Amino acid sequence: MTDANYLNAEYSLRSWFFTTDHKRIAILYFASLILFFFIGGAAATAIRIELATPQADLVSSDMYNRLFTMHGIIMVWFFLIPSIPNTLGNFIVPLMIGARDLAFPRLNLLSWYLFMLGGTVTLFTVLAGGIDTGWTFYTPFSTLYSNSYVAVAVTGVFISGFSSILTGLNFIVTIHRLRAPGLTWYRLPLFIWSLYATSIILVLATPVLAMTLVLIAVERLLGVGIFDPAIGGDPLLFQHLFWFYSHPAVYIMILPGMGVINELISCFSRKAVFGYKFVAWASLAIAAVGFLVWGHHMFVSGQSLLASLVFSFMSFVVAVPSAIKVFNWTATLHKGSIHFDAPMLYALAFIGLFTIGGLTGLFLACLAYDVHATDTYFVVAHFHYIMVGGMVTAYFGGLHYWWPKMTGRLYSEYWARTAAVLIFFGFNLTFFPQFVLGAEGMPRRYHVYPPEFQVWNVLSSGGATILAVAYLLPLFYLGYSLFFGARAPANPWNAPGLEWQTPSPPPEHNFDQQPIVTRPPYQYSPDFKAEPQNA
Amino acid sequence: MWRQWIPFWHPGISPHGGDVDLLFSGLLVVSSLVLGLLFFLLALFCVRYRASNPIDRGHQTSKSWHWEVSWTAASLICFLALFVWGASIYFQIFRTPPEELSVFVVAKQWMWKVQHTGGQSEINALHIPVNRPIRLVMASQDVIHSFFIPALRVKHDVVPGRYQDLEITAQVPGHYHLFCAEYCGTKHSGMTGEIVAMEAADYAAWLASQTPSSPLAQEGGSLFRELGCSGCHGIGSKVRAPLLEGVYGKPVPLADGSVVTADDKYIRDSILLPRSQIAAGYEPLMPSFQGKIDEEQLLRLIAYIKSLGGHGS
Amino acid sequence: MPETRAFAPQFVSGRHRDEAAALGMWVFIATEVLLFGALILGYFVYRHLHPAGFAAASSRTDLVIGTANTAILLTSSFAVAWAVEAFSAETRKFCATLLACAIGLGIAFLVLKSFEYRSEYREHLVPGIDFKFDPVHVDGAQLFFLFYFVATGLHALHMMIGIAVLGVMALLINRTPSARHRTALHSAALYWHFVDVVWIFLFALVYLPGRAA
Repeated sequence: MTDANYLNAEYSLRSWFFTTDHKRIAILYFASLILFFFIGGAAATAIRIELATPQADLVSSDMYNRLFTMHGIIMVWFFLIPSIPNTLGNFIVPLMIGARDLAFPRLNLLSWYLFMLGGTVTLFTVLAGGIDTGWTFYTPFSTLYSNSYVAVAVTGVFISGFSSILTGLNFIVTIHRLRAPGLTWYRLPLFIWSLYATSIILVLATPVLAMTLVLIAVERLLGVGIFDPAIGGDPLLFQHLFWFYSHPAVYIMILPGMGVINELISCFSRKAVFGYKFVAWASLAIAAVGFLVWGHHMFVSGQSLLASLVFSFMSFVVAVPSAIKVFNWTATLHKGSIHFDAPMLYALAFIGLFTIGGLTGLFLACLAYDVHATDTYFVVAHFHYIMVGGMVTAYFGGLHYWWPKMTGRLYSEYWARTAAVLIFFGFNLTFFPQFVLGAEGMPRRYHVYPPEFQVWNVLSSGGATILAVAYLLPLFYLGYSLFFGARAPANPWNAPGLEWQTPSPPPEHNFDQQPIVTRPPYQYSPDFKAEPQNA
Repeated sequence: MWRQWIPFWHPGISPHGGDVDLLFSGLLVVSSLVLGLLFFLLALFCVRYRASNPIDRGHQTSKSWHWEVSWTAASLICFLALFVWGASIYFQIFRTPPEELSVFVVAKQWMWKVQHTGGQSEINALHIPVNRPIRLVMASQDVIHSFFIPALRVKHDVVPGRYQDLEITAQVPGHYHLFCAEYCGTKHSGMTGEIVAMEAADYAAWLASQTPSSPLAQEGGSLFRELGCSGCHGIGSKVRAPLLEGVYGKPVPLADGSVVTADDKYIRDSILLPRSQIAAGYEPLMPSFQGKIDEEQLLRLIAYIKSLGGHGS
Repeated sequence: MPETRAFAPQFVSGRHRDEAAALGMWVFIATEVLLFGALILGYFVYRHLHPAGFAAASSRTDLVIGTANTAILLTSSFAVAWAVEAFSAETRKFCATLLACAIGLGIAFLVLKSFEYRSEYREHLVPGIDFKFDPVHVDGAQLFFLFYFVATGLHALHMMIGIAVLGVMALLINRTPSARHRTALHSAALYWHFVDVVWIFLFALVYLPGRAA
């Protein structure tokens, strides 16, 4: 017998699909993201199988191009960008700040519907015959040369963009206006700070993408357009506009992941995050400077050398706040009391993988080396280390951390740790060889490649097999825990955050009493017992 | 050269190739040190401060700002050094050396067409003499391509609608990969070729063995007449149009008061977008040839105009 | 519960809710600024590349309709601002009338705009469908008209949404004005003013280049 909570309040489909409860909307997002993750993953699997040999043997070139395009579009816009903000963020933000719900619950539901509409339109592209432009939609290929469903796919991404904007808007207003009494900015958990920074990017960068996609669609439909060199247009303008969104989008993906890691590291080393204010402001610094680095995608595109110089400089600058975070996480471990529960394993894996990704980012920010490495597998490896090694690992870590709160069940610790270790090794085996490939000069998006690259490709494909298994594992043990897992207590990790001061799963109204916050976050006292923020 | 004293330094195949490799090694060393230190600390803390270890955990560092300031400053200084290092080589890669040999490259889905000034043409291959700077004048017929020679550590996008110059020099004879590095459609991965760097004598022999239809400038000359350019730009024509003899490489005063150099880009733009830059003292009468001629004809016209006594006169 | 609460449970008071709504509207406007900003950035890049073409194309636009529309929109914004001032239980009819005026002016704007589009179509100024222009400036002009149609089309879409929002507000206020409608009206007015400001920028960018003496 359990108390009334948000899950058992009502069972009808209507109560799910028309809910305005942020927790249920988070679950809706969670379920849809699993679907998109596995569709994107299936495309990746096909790509890795194809690349095991230098020749074309599994699919045709046209098919291959559609596969990596679909992999990119689905993973970027329908998994990575919404993942942490819309599932964990949606669920945890109001609980963390002691609020009853997000500021605009109906907007939140609308955001999910827009997301699903965008996703459906995009998936329709797959059924109709795919799109072969790459997720970057570079003109004039996408507008005048591609014989695939560009306009449809662009529409899908466009719609999902509005879902992003609404989510960002909702978070900004919620964090500004709905904090519990006593919860000042410097008492906010760092997860909130990073989501706040993320939301700023969502709100300010996404409309630029929307406009750019409109211009693509116009050019596609009219057959003449803004980026067409034949009428004096400039294809590079497209790249500027696209990367003005898409580089900050990388920070949309990684900042929430960093936020999750703060929570995990401090909880499992029973210690406050080292240098709280520096970590908090580092998030905002990343968001701000992240808007000024987009041109580092264009060092060999023909932009002026001076512009390249400035963008290279800014790219080095934006690496500093990320470095600050890594150092602070490490310092947090010092004199902690470290527990190696599954979420902590994910957090440690994150730090390792993210650091490798970040350091190789320096290689690419370095002008002369970027000339050689850009558009090769070096770039592919680098951004997978950040987005998959970093972001997806953080997502899994956060999911394991908050799973008892979200579902009220405990999962198998043994399997969770196994999956974490498998993901770490499988990931490195998959993507580290790609650095070597890139350094040797194998261009990305190659369907067939010269035979001397095969060894590293086979290693990578082998690693991908392990990674695929590792990513499937949670589906089973987490799924199992939903029905057969032990009931979770309200605060299984003995953590001080407000979200742990209410039952698991939380009641519909989140808190029986309005919490009043009296101290900063992460108060683990000398005997490693947490002191709740609202005690 | 001082670099020869650096351990593991090797000169590379292109003039800057060794520098790029040295930069790579430098980045690798810095990254390995940072990563090594980080992993060491992570491992150390994880073992030493594991929950089951009854170790003294008192005296935790509470004042954090001097740590923060020091590692922020350290990373910033380190990053700035890398930035300066990378940028200095970058400018070397894209500098313009003297005494160049021009070769025209037209990229189209999905092949590289190379035109030597002598009229020899090749597809998906480029023969060059070693130790001689080659100026590639690249144009794209359709979408964006990217000219990438990994061995020479050089790459540049070829964007339609403009000429892209790229200087390459190979210092060691051999066969090197040429890749298209910017995704360009179905057979993107088939848009590869071979750079054949040869000794000067072998190169001369190779040039001679090819059967040029005729020198590019000569073909350009016949195009110049076929397309009707000579009707206005020829000597003795009734229409008042600028004479093109000796114009190549010279400054041209424009109607809006500015001055441009009559290089490949200017001539190309003048043919395709004649009204965008009007020479001072002339009426904007010339029709646009946009869509009427392709990139290969364009480069022949340019070779012809260039041959009209622009050099040295 | 016979009486529903005037504000959703995540808020502690009606004032709290209003503050949240106002902040939300401002954040939304920030998004919109970037949406039009991207387009206007593209416009400036091309105007820099093709100054003569843009000037020539701009001189083909209909300055009379453009100016009239600017006046219409400014007046409508005035009406909306007045409606916000006049919002109270006693003056609800007047407030609704002012909103109706603004809606009427908005519709007048769209009607004039459609006349303008029609004459541009007749003059072969629609790129991609039917475009003929003096070959001297055809490239820049075509780019100009692409921007023109995308920007004014997007603006017209915003106008339609604004008219719908004002319409709903007018109906609600006419029926039973309550304190919560004040915030809604405030947000709607903010949106309407924003759309108006966008037009002022577009007016300068569309009608004025090439018309200087």
